[in-house]
Amino acid sequence: MTDPGNTLSSVAAASSASPTFNTVAGIISETCDIPRETIKPESHAINDLGIDSLDFLDIAFAIDKAFGIKMPLEQWTQEVNDGKATTDQYFQLNNLCTRIDELVAAKGA
Amino acid sequence: MRLEYFQLIDRIVALSIADQTIRAEACVPTASTIFEGHFPGHPLMPGVLLIEAMAQTSGWLLIAITKFTRMPFFAAVKEAKLRSFVTPGQQLALSSKLVHEGSGFAMTMADARCDGKVVCNAEITFRLVEFPNPEFRASMEKMAKTLEFPIEAIAHG
Repeated sequence: MTDPGNTLSSVAAASSASPTFNTVAGIISETCDIPRETIKPESHAINDLGIDSLDFLDIAFAIDKAFGIKMPLEQWTQEVNDGKATTDQYFQLNNLCTRIDELVAAKGA
Repeated sequence: MRLEYFQLIDRIVALSIADQTIRAEACVPTASTIFEGHFPGHPLMPGVLLIEAMAQTSGWLLIAITKFTRMPFFAAVKEAKLRSFVTPGQQLALSSKLVHEGSGFAMTMADARCDGKVVCNAEITFRLVEFPNPEFRASMEKMAKTLEFPIEAIAHG
């Protein structure tokens, strides 16, 4: 039986999440067949959700389309490979959503 | 087609950077050891090779769009449909259109026709990476000439 306390807290978390997060979580859930409720803002796409780089291409495609952007995956990968960034900065979902918001804002600027 | 060299297309007949489309043609050889096994007494062009032909067609489109700065590597194929048999000697008209160019990847929709009828189609995903070495790029440029790749379309695209 579901603990009502947990249910309430997850509902609260979902309602307080940004629209960007809700869109991204929906894309990940649908693309990778991951239950939506297991996808949290603090989830790391690779380490926590087990999404591999090939599956991430489908997610990137859907995010690019949904937000009208082109996520600079090559640049991000290069920064991680060069030790200039950690994967958390780009693949933890709250950080990913911040990057998406920045790209959307830059597009409109 | 030179199946023994995995060259699945013969010629690029049209390329539009503006429309993000390409057309190519290929003639299925009348004889190949492949047909001895696939199948004895009933030679058929293998479906996986038709998919490869669509992938190669798409690959040249992506090389054109990225102006020879990236090499496309086949990464995924979705909704591949092999709609009718293709037999030795048949002429294939291949076409591909860009669906999305992401950062380091791209997706296309491709099909192949025989006598105007679609015989196969698929959505294909590629990883786009820098050429691993200059020799590789040079070999692709040489292949581009063989296939009559319209290099001027890149310059004016």
